Amino acid sequence: MHSVLGDRRSVAILLGPALLVYSLVMLVPMLWSLGYTFFTGSVITGFTWAGGANFSRLLEDPALPEALWFTVEYALVITAGQVVVGYLLALLYVFFLRRAGSIVRTLVFFPVILPTVAVALLFQKFFEYAPQTGPVNAMIEAFGGSGVDWFATPGNAFLVVALMDIWRSMGFYAVLLYAGLLDIPDEMMEAAAIDGAGTWRLIRSIVVPLSLPVLVSSLVFSINGTLKAFDSIYALTGGGPGSATTPLTLYMYQTSFAYGDYGYGSTIALTLTVLCLLVTVFIFRGTRRDTGLG
Amino acid sequence: MTMAILTDRPATSRHTAPAPKPRRNHARTLRRLPGYLCVALLLVVVTYPLLWLFLGSFKTQDEFLNGSTTALPDSFTNFGNYSQAWSSVATYLQNSLLTVVPALALIIVLGTAAGFALEVLVWKGRQTTLLLFLAGIMIPGQMILLPLFTVYFELHLTGTLWPLVITYTATGLPLTVFMMATYFRAVPKQVFEAATMDGASIIRSFVSIGFPMMRNAILTIALVQFFFLWNDLLIALTFTTDDAQRTVQVGLLNFTGRFGVVEYGPTFAAICINVLLILAIYVFLNQRVMRGLAAGAVKG
Repeated sequence: MHSVLGDRRSVAILLGPALLVYSLVMLVPMLWSLGYTFFTGSVITGFTWAGGANFSRLLEDPALPEALWFTVEYALVITAGQVVVGYLLALLYVFFLRRAGSIVRTLVFFPVILPTVAVALLFQKFFEYAPQTGPVNAMIEAFGGSGVDWFATPGNAFLVVALMDIWRSMGFYAVLLYAGLLDIPDEMMEAAAIDGAGTWRLIRSIVVPLSLPVLVSSLVFSINGTLKAFDSIYALTGGGPGSATTPLTLYMYQTSFAYGDYGYGSTIALTLTVLCLLVTVFIFRGTRRDTGLG
Repeated sequence: MTMAILTDRPATSRHTAPAPKPRRNHARTLRRLPGYLCVALLLVVVTYPLLWLFLGSFKTQDEFLNGSTTALPDSFTNFGNYSQAWSSVATYLQNSLLTVVPALALIIVLGTAAGFALEVLVWKGRQTTLLLFLAGIMIPGQMILLPLFTVYFELHLTGTLWPLVITYTATGLPLTVFMMATYFRAVPKQVFEAATMDGASIIRSFVSIGFPMMRNAILTIALVQFFFLWNDLLIALTFTTDDAQRTVQVGLLNFTGRFGVVEYGPTFAAICINVLLILAIYVFLNQRVMRGLAAGAVKG
């Protein structure tokens, strides 16, 4: 019966162009990039064979563990922040605002689609120390404190990046998790409430377990995005002060384009890809075990 | 808080009953007060930075450096900042449109056709091909930048907008193909089988049945992809070598340092133009945007 839809020529015509573009612009360059890890130089200076030099440099480079650690730290902190704040907002939407919350949901979602560069520049000015005193420092001064140069110390710079990333994505995770919470049957909640379950007990024993699948997919999505984060950090701190907020993505970019070393740049990109793969595999194995038990 | 609301449920349904006791109403408002405070705080946190940005776009340099940062601008008709910003932002906007629109059209046409071929048509290896596309969602952009830069350089495409159009098209395909395949999965195959038996070629039944049928899904995906491409920084930053090809995001980033001293007014106006454009789309299509992005996340 399906044979009428099995025409090979049609498959080639419909799928061919997309597959060709995708292979030429994404798959081939990916393999090509693997090849670059054995060379040094750039398209301007020309390439020379380097053997395993890039990999031994990877092990000795003191900046690499720093960037790797920042990538992991950033991904963990931002993922936790995004999902926790998003979940709290989703609880607020479901139990407090209920159907009336459409305007609030829509407003809080708006920063999600704003260009990262615009948001980063806004936060830069919002936290500015000098010459203009931004609202945050103005508020600190109004309460008798003294203004802080937020981008001068690693800890503070990281804090501003974290606040910005949570500010601009909390609405997204809130809507995602809200949809998950809506799927919990009302009767189940009412039954538990009638049986005398308190608020926290209700959240712990019914709401959280039943929204676990959507929580896990939010976590996966968030960690995948934060490991690859580039725009927000590049635009907000430029990796500074010094290289204190430089993740692998930015380190790769600087190595390749500021120092013109495509070989080592590709080696860093490979490190990042391996990291993403490991994390994905780790999460998938973890969640499979969860569903196996449940 | 949650408990209070839950026990409220019978109370709200009783609202139809005549004259609820006033004291009970007071107690209810009081119990809900922390919730209202949370919502108010949330709205301030979300809207104040944007409001502050908008107010700033009307301020003069002097107001920025010597006035209070939370003060209202002296004049709301000071459009000088906007006209100064527009002189360079106009080119950036044009570049963004010239790259995003063709790339978006290509993504939709190629992606929908591929989704159709992978889900509706029956052939060996379609699962593997779908997985191959899926891999593209995971690959970090950094992995493909350097070889592409080399190729574009050798082909003398650097200095034109072509590298952006090509790269955008390719990076948008994986998610589009995957989402379209999911949407086509919901359509009964008999629809296309019947059309084919009636003598339409498969290509024809895609063009006149499959594609129009997906109008809604296509609009949603186009919207999602539009935001991805429009807001992109990494690819635009890598493949634009001089000011003439800068997209909005790259241009905005370089806008700040242009005259040595930060010119606050024009910078704020430029950021504002960028934000207002997105707002204009969001005002009309917010529900679709929210649904589309959430669907993209769950499926991706």
